[in-house]
Amino acid sequence: MTSKNDSIVKKKTARFTLKQQKYIFVYTCLLIPLLFFISIRFLPTLYTFNIGFREWDILSEEKPFVGMDNYMTLFKDEIFRKALVNTFIYVVFGVIGQLLCGIGVALLLQRINKFVGVFRAIYFIPYVTSIVAVSWVFKWILMNNGIVNDILMKWGFEAQLFLKSPNQAIYIIILTMIWQGLGFQMIIFLAGLENIPKMFYEAAEIDGANSWNKFIHITLPLLNPTIVFSAVIGSISFLQTFTQVQNMTQGGPLNSTISVVLYIYELAFQHFDMGLASAGTVLLFIIILIITIIQMKVLTKKFEY
Amino acid sequence: MKKLLSVFLFLMVLMVVAGCSKGKESGGEEGDTVTIEYWQYAYKAKVDLMDELIKEFEEANPDIKVKQTTFPYEQYNEKVATLVPAGRGPDVINLYYGWLPKYIDSGYLQPLPEDTFPVDQIESEYFSLVNAAKLDDKYWAIPTAVRTLALFYNKDLFEKAGLDPNSPPETWDELVDYAKKLTVRENGKLVTEGMAYEIGAQLNNWFYDALVYQAGGQGLSEDRKQILWDDTPAGLEAFTYLVEFGSKHKVGESGFYTDDVTAFKTGNAAMNIDGSFRLGTLATDAPDLNYGVAPLPSYKEKATQSSFWANGITAKVEGEKLEASKKFLAFLTSDEVMERWIDEVGELPAKEAVATQDKYVNDPLYGPFIEQLPYANAQFYVDETAQRQYVIDAVNEVLLNGVSIEDAYNEFAAKSQKLYDDYWSKK
Amino acid sequence: MLFPFIWMVSTSFKPPSEVYGLKLLADHPTLDNYRKIMVDTLFNKWFLNSFIVAIITTLNVALFDTLVGYVIAKFSFVGKNIIFLFILSSLMIPTEMLIIPWYIMSTDLGWVDTYWGIMFPGVISAFGIFLMKQFMESIPDDLLDAARIDGLNEFKIFFQIAIPQVYPALSALCIFTFLGNWNAYLWPLIVIETEEMRTLPVGLAFFSGENQTYWEIVMAGATIAVVPLIIVFLIFQRHIIKGITLTGLK
Repeated sequence: MTSKNDSIVKKKTARFTLKQQKYIFVYTCLLIPLLFFISIRFLPTLYTFNIGFREWDILSEEKPFVGMDNYMTLFKDEIFRKALVNTFIYVVFGVIGQLLCGIGVALLLQRINKFVGVFRAIYFIPYVTSIVAVSWVFKWILMNNGIVNDILMKWGFEAQLFLKSPNQAIYIIILTMIWQGLGFQMIIFLAGLENIPKMFYEAAEIDGANSWNKFIHITLPLLNPTIVFSAVIGSISFLQTFTQVQNMTQGGPLNSTISVVLYIYELAFQHFDMGLASAGTVLLFIIILIITIIQMKVLTKKFEY
Repeated sequence: MKKLLSVFLFLMVLMVVAGCSKGKESGGEEGDTVTIEYWQYAYKAKVDLMDELIKEFEEANPDIKVKQTTFPYEQYNEKVATLVPAGRGPDVINLYYGWLPKYIDSGYLQPLPEDTFPVDQIESEYFSLVNAAKLDDKYWAIPTAVRTLALFYNKDLFEKAGLDPNSPPETWDELVDYAKKLTVRENGKLVTEGMAYEIGAQLNNWFYDALVYQAGGQGLSEDRKQILWDDTPAGLEAFTYLVEFGSKHKVGESGFYTDDVTAFKTGNAAMNIDGSFRLGTLATDAPDLNYGVAPLPSYKEKATQSSFWANGITAKVEGEKLEASKKFLAFLTSDEVMERWIDEVGELPAKEAVATQDKYVNDPLYGPFIEQLPYANAQFYVDETAQRQYVIDAVNEVLLNGVSIEDAYNEFAAKSQKLYDDYWSKK
Repeated sequence: MLFPFIWMVSTSFKPPSEVYGLKLLADHPTLDNYRKIMVDTLFNKWFLNSFIVAIITTLNVALFDTLVGYVIAKFSFVGKNIIFLFILSSLMIPTEMLIIPWYIMSTDLGWVDTYWGIMFPGVISAFGIFLMKQFMESIPDDLLDAARIDGLNEFKIFFQIAIPQVYPALSALCIFTFLGNWNAYLWPLIVIETEEMRTLPVGLAFFSGENQTYWEIVMAGATIAVVPLIIVFLIFQRHIIKGITLTGLK
């Protein structure tokens, strides 16, 4: 292909115009991935949508059509509604929390010159620590007679229920998730900061800008693609909160921490009600889609480079 | 460019190779041998013993091969749920008794063949708790071994509190009394639990199958359609008894040392209601713990909860495979196998004659479990997860949200009845 | 910051009776847990399987995701936004709900218990496409146009000009993809049948029981599983601050 193109250009009679070449390139590149997504993601999703309209207990072969029954059941189900509320809390506090912490940590790490690798490893390690281990440790230090309560009582505060409290538990889990996700955020934002050409900073310094100005007028705007990425991926991820809740509280106490995905999972694999679970999946999908579209429209700012 | 192209080609080749490797067909009949598939969850002692048993069975039956597949307990239901719609599945499957109603209801299992497992024989040989596997006058699964609940108590802590380590509490009142004496608090902070109080652990079982009956109540109606424990004051009495350990007597807390077993193991809970399956853990994790086991304290009646994993045959099995499955099941429920089971796995024999042999009844640890078997109950769950959660929620409503015991109980009873109504209305 | 990790590692060296003590270091440290995992089982095979799966997926993702991200970022064509949204929407269904149709598909196509069966869900990921798109967008268009005028074809432009601009993001993507696939549990558990094909997380899961968890073994397993991840991280994290070598316009 290379030699052909060279000879074509030399002859100055292009077989394909630049524009056509571009289109061929685009569609060739997209072909395999799109086929992949259609067969591996889209078709199974349609399968789930279909089940959402049926009643199915997985073990039998009958899947009678019940129309919107599953959806009506879910709307009336107070646990499902609670799960929605909880999930909303997870997203709002989780995404904002991790954005702030992520940018903060990345900025700090950028300033460190010595032993950079060590510091990064320190922030990264929680991210790769097994969630099971993390859950156990947090449950241990937060238990009624655990270390954290010991310290609190020394300072004159009352012992807290933390994970056993219907009011506090969900925020504890969010903190755990932000803490564990720091490694991820740090890497993303380090890459993002690195992407800002140094010459902008140099130009600003010549113009006499101080650190704060540089941050607001250069760093933040140019970090926009990374911020958008973190916010969108973070939202999609927090909307599907599952593993941490399953390991730390299993949804309790009194459904104060149950998330939509955890509830769907229970419906599917413990109550064996696949129809309800699929309907819930569809609802969640629509919610995530809408939120993502809104975020992309609102947050993305285009730049001329 | 060329380098990257070759990397790409290499990747494609790798994937094709990967796709071709290890593709196996399972089951099937090769020549004269029949192969049946057996599934159970992965528990080392059970799997190891089963491997031995399978070898012996295959030797005794050279025309039958048994292929055992196991997977982790936590994802057992998922694995079944995924494999079944794809048309793959075992011939003989090991299921938790609490899941049986669902599996039976969906037509997944077939009734145990009458010729090998006549109903009368089952009912005369096995403990009555086995009828949790009975529906429509037929048995759908049969256990090799069962487990029951009992009272674990820490003898050292008993002595420390001035109680006789050889006479554990035997009545409801004594249990409360002992628990209060064994509870240690410093500056209001709990240091030692009188009785471990983890609602999500075994206490819901304690309620359904022990406390209710001990208070003179009944569990379910004969046809399993009506909840009977709320028909008499026994239900409320049992529930109140359960809740007051946390709300009134304050002898234990949820989450103390993360869970009841940890608290008991580390000597921070003086008593715990737990099952026979805990004996193995205690032996390895707390070999120096000086503890004893006693039958559950009783009230007007004696009762305890029992649980079991049972083997059933899946619905589609027929012909030669069915014959092979029957033989295999019969083998698994033979007396000899039951004796080996208790020795190597630590679960109690399901047949009365086997379990009540002196060597077991007189064992200091197994004895108290076995002596309760004649009056052990195993509830017919229509949705095990939900019904377990109802107890947890009801107790938490009282402890965390200040709801009155009566209100919480009434809501709990109503929800439970609705569950049964929904189950039966779908049939 | 590191406390849970330290606790995880220290528990892995404790005998079962010490797991619940409040001491950080074991009184009688033992390698027994590691022995149970690494010697008594097919550990080596599991490790190898995980490695194969993770490496192949990472290489694949690095190639395809970057390519698609590049295309979406730098070209305009009919249906671009719809296609991007379509791809992104694949992240919006939790895997737990997809395992049933995936398994049916795998059974019909003979992918059960094969490497491809384990890998296929992760071999191209919308996550990576999104990430690379974000970073590709900041490549100056003039840079690319200049290359076109010079007569380079599109593929050459992609490999020789575009990719070097996004090394930091590409390194990040490699880290995450490797990590995600190394730790993948539910789907591999479902699609694997024989012990020989198990990946590490799946193999380790068989140590948990019905009413108890063998924490000392679980922690040993978790510690072993973490080592390759940290190595991969250390290798790639340097490249995140590699710096941009081709900057500026002509």
